[in-house]
Amino acid sequence: MAKKGWDEFEIGAMLRTFDGKIDDIAGTRQEDRAYSQNSSYTASVADWRLIKPVFNKDYCIDCQFCWIYCPDVSIVSRDKKLIGVDMDHCKGCGICVEVCPTNPKSLLMFPEQADEETEIANWPKKDEEEA
Amino acid sequence: MSEIKNIKNLKEFSTSADRFEGANLLCPGCAHSIIVREVLNATNDDMVLSASTGCLEVCTAVYPYTSWDASWIHIGFENSSTAVAGAETMHKVLKRKGRLKQPDRNPKFVSFAGDGASYDIGFQWISGCMERGHNIMHVVLDNEVYANTGGQRSSSTPIGSSATTSPAGKVSYGEKKNKKDLMGIMAAHGIPYAAQVSPNKWKDMVKKIQHGFSVEGPVFINAVSPCTTEWKFDPKDTMHLADLATDTLVFPLYEIIDGRELNITYRPKNVIPVEEYLAAQGRFKHLFKDEYKYLIKEWQERVDAQWAYLQRREESRV
Ligand SMILES: Cc1ncc(C[n+]2csc(CCOP(=O)(O)OP(=O)(O)O)c2C)c(N)n1
Ligand code: SF4
Ligand code: SF4
Ligand code: SF4
Ligand SMILES: [Mg+2]
Repeated sequence: MAKKGWDEFEIGAMLRTFDGKIDDIAGTRQEDRAYSQNSSYTASVADWRLIKPVFNKDYCIDCQFCWIYCPDVSIVSRDKKLIGVDMDHCKGCGICVEVCPTNPKSLLMFPEQADEETEIANWPKKDEEEA
Repeated sequence: MSEIKNIKNLKEFSTSADRFEGANLLCPGCAHSIIVREVLNATNDDMVLSASTGCLEVCTAVYPYTSWDASWIHIGFENSSTAVAGAETMHKVLKRKGRLKQPDRNPKFVSFAGDGASYDIGFQWISGCMERGHNIMHVVLDNEVYANTGGQRSSSTPIGSSATTSPAGKVSYGEKKNKKDLMGIMAAHGIPYAAQVSPNKWKDMVKKIQHGFSVEGPVFINAVSPCTTEWKFDPKDTMHLADLATDTLVFPLYEIIDGRELNITYRPKNVIPVEEYLAAQGRFKHLFKDEYKYLIKEWQERVDAQWAYLQRREESRV
């Protein structure tokens, strides 16, 4: 669908989040929803970030602290398992790293340009002092 | 529909499909959206939502985008409460007249507003809603300042905080008046449920929100919302600030039932000195100068006195 310009909407028009009919939003996962061009889900704030979280599943215990405390709905969990980070919506705040309880942490912040595979290969070891 | 959602633990909670979206324009690390997610994910029922002018509203409805996957309305600064109260009344009337297309669905009516919009500018609108007995929930995102317009003091701004209209400097230590007890005022309307919540205690939050959805009549929720920009702390530390707020007892977690019965819902195992809460925020930085240090002691005394009061209220069951 062609994107409408700011002057092409009717004044007082209702913006619809979804295209077509949706009956059970709370029962429909993001990937199964037909978001319209007016949902901010279709936008990206990736260019806000200077640092980004990298997820290393080797240490993750799926506690879901990062899921509940991420302000930007960017921790993707499915069937009680953490799958990864939604890099279109993550603003790089670093909260997920702070609340991660594992040692070493299962999420760490790196510069935006860092290579994920390299960082995961060089992941820090267990911090004995902290434990 | 309208069964209470079963949320036994965080793993189970994480199977929720969010109805609030990212790529909104709230600051990185803003607690407003953490609170909103916890409230919305507490139910699977349909929702009719509103927001007063303020960070949450301005940042989640930036033309041509909306970050809400539910019916959502914004009118003005003062009236998020009356906006959903109007919708709730309409719903009730249409139901009575048999004109609802899906009468079995049981939408929840929730109004979100900042402290500026609740403690000050929307005060009488909220009071009217509470008094008229609408079946709505009003949630205050309490960051203790008019954040969206650059940090003016509200009647929720606590003593000693430096705000743009009560700046700290050579002649002043910042805000001079104590925070208004809006919980007490709202409870005095005799509403079925009022509760103070914090996003770090998600289980306590979900329990209170679900209880709020289950009662008939108006519900008032005051949620502490650490603001990285105006409280002046690093965005990664939002949950740390929330932990400090609840564990220093600066923001005690409690509920008031039917305007009278008070229950404390969280007792920290180790109560942290208030000084640590103040030291973690740039807005209180000046209190650590020699001439203002006496205020830190006064802060601790105020928090202790408030805690003693809440405990007496709880014990007396009145
Ligand atoms: C009647 C009216 N007065 C003033 C404003 C300007 N204004 C817009 S947002 C805002 C601050 C909102 O503060 P608060 O309610 O605490 O929400 P926050 O941004 O802190 O979340 C102000 C003063 C307005 N929009 N309408
Ligand atoms: S850095 Fe912040 S926005 Fe990004 S995933 Fe972590 S908590 Fe979410
Ligand atoms: S907080 Fe850490 S351990 Fe818990 S689910 Fe997230 S990445 Fe895994
Ligand atoms: S100014 Fe504060 S309340 Fe407003 S978006 Fe930023 S962090 Fe959130
Ligand atoms: Mg505010």
